[in-house]
Amino acid sequence: MPKVLDNVQIGPLNWKMKVEIPRLVAKAKAGQFVIIRVNEHGERVPMSIAGLDKKNGVLTIIYQVVGKTSALMTTVPAGGQLSDCVGPLGVPSHIENWGTACLVGGGIGIAPIYPIAQAYKEAGNKLITIIGARSKDILFYEDEHRAIADELYVCTDDGTYGHHGFVSDVLKKLLDNGVKIGMIMAIGPLPMMRVVSNLTKKYNVPTWVSLNPLMVDGTGMCGGCRVSVGGETKFACVDGPDFDGHKVDFDLLNKRLLAYKEQEKIAMNRFLKEPGCKLAESVKKFTYPG
Amino acid sequence: MIEKIDKKERMKIPRQVMPQQDPKERIHNFKEVPFGLSEEQALVEAARCLECKNQPCVAGCPVEVDIPGFIDLILQKDYAAAARKIKETNSLPAVCGRVCPQEEQCEMKCVLGKGKKGKPVAIGYLERFVADYERDNNLVELPKIAPSTGRKVAVVGSGPAGLTVAGDLVKLGHDVTIFEALHKPGGVLVYGIPEFRLPKAVVQAECDFLARMGVKFENSTIVGKMDTIDELFENGYDAIFIGTGAGLPNFMGIPGENLIGIYSANEYLTRSNLMRAFEFPDYDTPIIHGKNVAVLGGGNTAMDSVRTALRLGADNAYIVYRRSEVEMPARIEEIHHAKEEGVQFHMLTNPVKFIGDDDGKVKAMECIKMQLGEPDASGRRRPVPIKGSNFTMEVDLVVVAIGNSSNPLIQKTTPGLEVNKWGNIVVDEKTMQTSRKAVYAGGDIVTGGATVILAAGAGKIAARAMHKYLMEEVKK
Ligand SMILES: Cc1cc2nc3c(=O)[nH]c(=O)nc-3n(C[C@H](O)[C@H](O)[C@H](O)COP(=O)(O)OP(=O)(O)OC[C@H]3O[C@@H](n4cnc5c(N)ncnc54)[C@H](O)[C@@H]3O)c2cc1C
Ligand SMILES: Cc1cc2nc3c(=O)[nH]c(=O)nc-3n(C[C@H](O)[C@H](O)[C@H](O)COP(=O)(O)OP(=O)(O)OC[C@H]3O[C@@H](n4cnc5c(N)ncnc54)[C@H](O)[C@@H]3O)c2cc1C
Ligand code: SF4
Ligand code: SF4
Ligand code: FES
Repeated sequence: MPKVLDNVQIGPLNWKMKVEIPRLVAKAKAGQFVIIRVNEHGERVPMSIAGLDKKNGVLTIIYQVVGKTSALMTTVPAGGQLSDCVGPLGVPSHIENWGTACLVGGGIGIAPIYPIAQAYKEAGNKLITIIGARSKDILFYEDEHRAIADELYVCTDDGTYGHHGFVSDVLKKLLDNGVKIGMIMAIGPLPMMRVVSNLTKKYNVPTWVSLNPLMVDGTGMCGGCRVSVGGETKFACVDGPDFDGHKVDFDLLNKRLLAYKEQEKIAMNRFLKEPGCKLAESVKKFTYPG
Repeated sequence: MIEKIDKKERMKIPRQVMPQQDPKERIHNFKEVPFGLSEEQALVEAARCLECKNQPCVAGCPVEVDIPGFIDLILQKDYAAAARKIKETNSLPAVCGRVCPQEEQCEMKCVLGKGKKGKPVAIGYLERFVADYERDNNLVELPKIAPSTGRKVAVVGSGPAGLTVAGDLVKLGHDVTIFEALHKPGGVLVYGIPEFRLPKAVVQAECDFLARMGVKFENSTIVGKMDTIDELFENGYDAIFIGTGAGLPNFMGIPGENLIGIYSANEYLTRSNLMRAFEFPDYDTPIIHGKNVAVLGGGNTAMDSVRTALRLGADNAYIVYRRSEVEMPARIEEIHHAKEEGVQFHMLTNPVKFIGDDDGKVKAMECIKMQLGEPDASGRRRPVPIKGSNFTMEVDLVVVAIGNSSNPLIQKTTPGLEVNKWGNIVVDEKTMQTSRKAVYAGGDIVTGGATVILAAGAGKIAARAMHKYLMEEVKK
């Protein structure tokens, strides 16, 4: 069973977990993801690869507490174990030298764009990175991105840090100023990926987004992760998770993400009532929907 | 021991009826439906066998289980020996006794089944009885394991094909590792076939037994994503068996198919069986509980799905099938069970469109009536739509159970591996060898969706050929 080396809180609802799993790490590439299961009764949840320490065989995932399983993940101590961690899943991000590439990361998406940024950089791209979060205390990985980006823009929705506004506002300004961008990769909450895609379509800049539909197996066996891209049905776990943002049916994806709203509430409320649950307060204060 | 009575007397004994859970009760639980024969019943049933010299029943079994042989051992009350006898050719008797389509195989050929009123010996029931007896009484003996040959074998996929290969080769002294993509071994036996038809404990016991014999299980390991076939060779494996099944769900390709509440049978059954969503919230994985559930298709998968829907609280559970009942590929026993449980059958009906509400949830399905025309390539009469017969069914859950294609991962990552136009791996049927040296394949990945016993049988053939290859051509 994969060993958890470290599991620390890096923001009000964000956590960083390091998992020792050398054979998976040896094969994994930027843009791929894994599926983990915390314990025997657990759900299988997809998590993007936020860092790969090839030398020591360590995988980093950064996750946000949104429901039962992500809350349960916070309870695994350093030195503890996950029931399973399978991967690397999905097609690695397409890497090429486009001259200038722009990475847009919103919220938890700041994590998975980091290894992609590294790969883009290695391919010789000039990197413009835009990261944003709702508020200053939710922001993370700023130093990491700063270290490799040629230009870094940081924004917060509430203006507590960096530019006051959305990542898309910054991107729009760059495009309006005539900055030549060969490729944009946007990862973040669905509304953000939608706004970025709609924007870049007008400017005719190719844009990739990384989709996050609900998944079960992650091997193409169940079809639960289907998304519609350019009018065609695709299985995000094997055909993606990266797709052409100009062709994605975001509306469908948005609806499908809410398929289990009622059960998710039941599971989370039950978990928060468990004796010793330390999350109840912070979860109530922040985003937990419902 | 039951005295051998003469033929005429034997032919008067009625076929034993397996006790089972009452339909009204069982649609509220996931416990196994048939309870199994009692020892007394098994002895009476075994006494019906005429021990025919020419053994027609044996010819009906794809792996040629010595049926009169094991039945004779039942009569001698040596049930463990009977189980061992079956295992000479079929390594999964507890599974096959439950899920083999016996009525088209061994039992169809039984002489007692001839004539209008004929009732064949209940070979499947007896097979299940001895296998359960052996397991429940801890009589399963570890077979003799041959001294280590120093040869390493990788088995990809842990369905009945892979399990059989692993068992046979480990016995012969090879070092065997099974790589399985999911977190539990068993293939369709754990993720597809429901608990009420095949308890997961039975499958687990088979896997535990293999582990005790020395087979290593590497779950959550996807070959092609982790190591490829060629990398496994580089890592020191001398031969590889591919038993990855037919795990790519087909959809109808009609409007509205991505609405919430439309599942592939694979997803629906995996949530319920592998993830145990029927025990939510004790288990974390949710599943949609439909009130009006339509299952599209007429095979075992469709029956399993529709009976799962009933157990999850459906008021109306429909089978919607484009041909008529006689063409349904599901086992007769399963259709019968479904009917007992109150499943409603809409034959000669095909959906043309799904209709959703504002939240993107399915709320209705438009269908068209069909009629049977000329026979098609499969020999079954082709269903043709009747113009203007469209009508709408109210549904809040739809399960698409119209078959699977093969998952292309291994084929895509293995250069030189020959596949046919459906993506199935091409093999030499006598050895199950693929176009690649030292690479063998069998089960659904070769045949397309078939049966447990055919997959296990393919595993037997492959194991024999692999052993020969390993001993004669791999120098150590
Ligand atoms: C390829 C992929 C990569 C992902 N990478 C990460 C990652 O790096 N870090 C991370 O925190 N999360 C990631 N996710 C999302 C993560 O899998 C879900 O947040 C997690 O499954 C939620 O489980 P839960 O039980 O905590 O919440 P649930 O109770 O299942 O859900 C609670 C709320 O979260 C929403 N939600 C559920 N699943 C998703 C999802 N897949 N995407 C977006 N919202 C969802 C629901 O709509 C619901 O409102 C990824 C998803 C995919 C498909
Ligand atoms: C719902 C349902 C009901 C059925 N009912 C019956 C019945 O009553 N009687 C009957 O005889 N037959 C029945 N069948 C058919 C029968 O189950 C199959 O024919 C049989 O399981 C095929 O066995 P297999 O070993 O070829 O593959 P599978 O059982 O499909 O197993 C393949 C395994 O390989 C794994 N795998 C795939 N790719 C990889 C990879 N790249 N790396 C590692 N692992 C991988 C999969 O996860 C899976 O566990 C049913 C099938 C279904 C779906
Ligand atoms: S394996 Fe199946 S077909 Fe063969 S004897 Fe047993 S039940 Fe009959
Ligand atoms: S054909 Fe029937 S009666 Fe004859 S040996 Fe086989 S099982 Fe017994
Ligand atoms: S998650 Fe099952 S097919 Fe993608």
